Amino acid sequence: MGALKKQILARPEGASETAARSAPDLDRVIHERVRLGILSALAANTTMTFSELKALLEITDGNLSVHARKLEDAGYVVCHKSFENRLPRSEYRLTPPGKEAFERYLAHMEAIVDAMKTSLRK
Amino acid sequence: MSSPRPLEIHAHATSNLRFIRETMERASTFTAVPGWGGALMGLVALAACGLCQVVTPSLWLSVWLGCGMLSLSIGTLAIVEKCRRRGTPLDSPGARRFALGFAPPLVAGAVLTAAFVSFGLERFVPGLWLLLYGTGVVTGGTFSVRIVPLMGICFQVLGAVALFAPASYGNLLMGAGFGLVHIAFGVVIARRHGG
Repeated sequence: MGALKKQILARPEGASETAARSAPDLDRVIHERVRLGILSALAANTTMTFSELKALLEITDGNLSVHARKLEDAGYVVCHKSFENRLPRSEYRLTPPGKEAFERYLAHMEAIVDAMKTSLRK
Repeated sequence: MSSPRPLEIHAHATSNLRFIRETMERASTFTAVPGWGGALMGLVALAACGLCQVVTPSLWLSVWLGCGMLSLSIGTLAIVEKCRRRGTPLDSPGARRFALGFAPPLVAGAVLTAAFVSFGLERFVPGLWLLLYGTGVVTGGTFSVRIVPLMGICFQVLGAVALFAPASYGNLLMGAGFGLVHIAFGVVIARRHGG
């Protein structure tokens, strides 16, 4: 996960033209701000609780629940529910397919940016 | 319906990449900095400063060491409580980075304090403590909300002043730093960052 974060924080641009040509269709599950935010946060942290994600993304409980459920249904995140001091606690984690999908989406975005830069230079 | 132009797609992709990067940066930030806990630490320091004005001068180091231990306990408990309230794991990456940045200057300060005392250089201890505590707050605060490193810089400035000021100013400068700076920033952190 560290390498992935380094790649994004240090150098968002730089995908090759090959990537631009071979970029798959946009993943509609990820291509939504809240869900993209959830995946980005989980790519930076191994696990995050429901409260942390809610505070980070500044959204309502219901909104977060709906989008987190969609990511769970797609198999991109898993949720571990437990109790701490009698209070319910939901902890989210990125799954390997979720990480792959996130990386694919990033490559797609980078490819679009790179392709445009290349065409502007010509 | 017309399809989006390449420039629009490009702008959208750029905006998405920026959003991803900013979200990841914010997700790595340690936000459970204790505001009210910091203010309480400040009150303890003001009490220590006041006590040092009335007790035998030779006891000032013992008073401030006691204050330091008490404040460390208050700060730790306040962080644990804030994490519990926010549902943040104590071992989150942000918390780990904060601790790894904060602790080394404090360890160095403890070792240097022992050396300074054994060589009769106690008069430099106030400056040393303020400077190294400030350094810890700045380095740990790099992984926290923006106001934390700013607080650290205030400690560093007071530490630098204390190192070159007359020895009699040491107690008052520690009171100003560990007391007033903690209280002022503690209240702001508590109000802006949830307690």
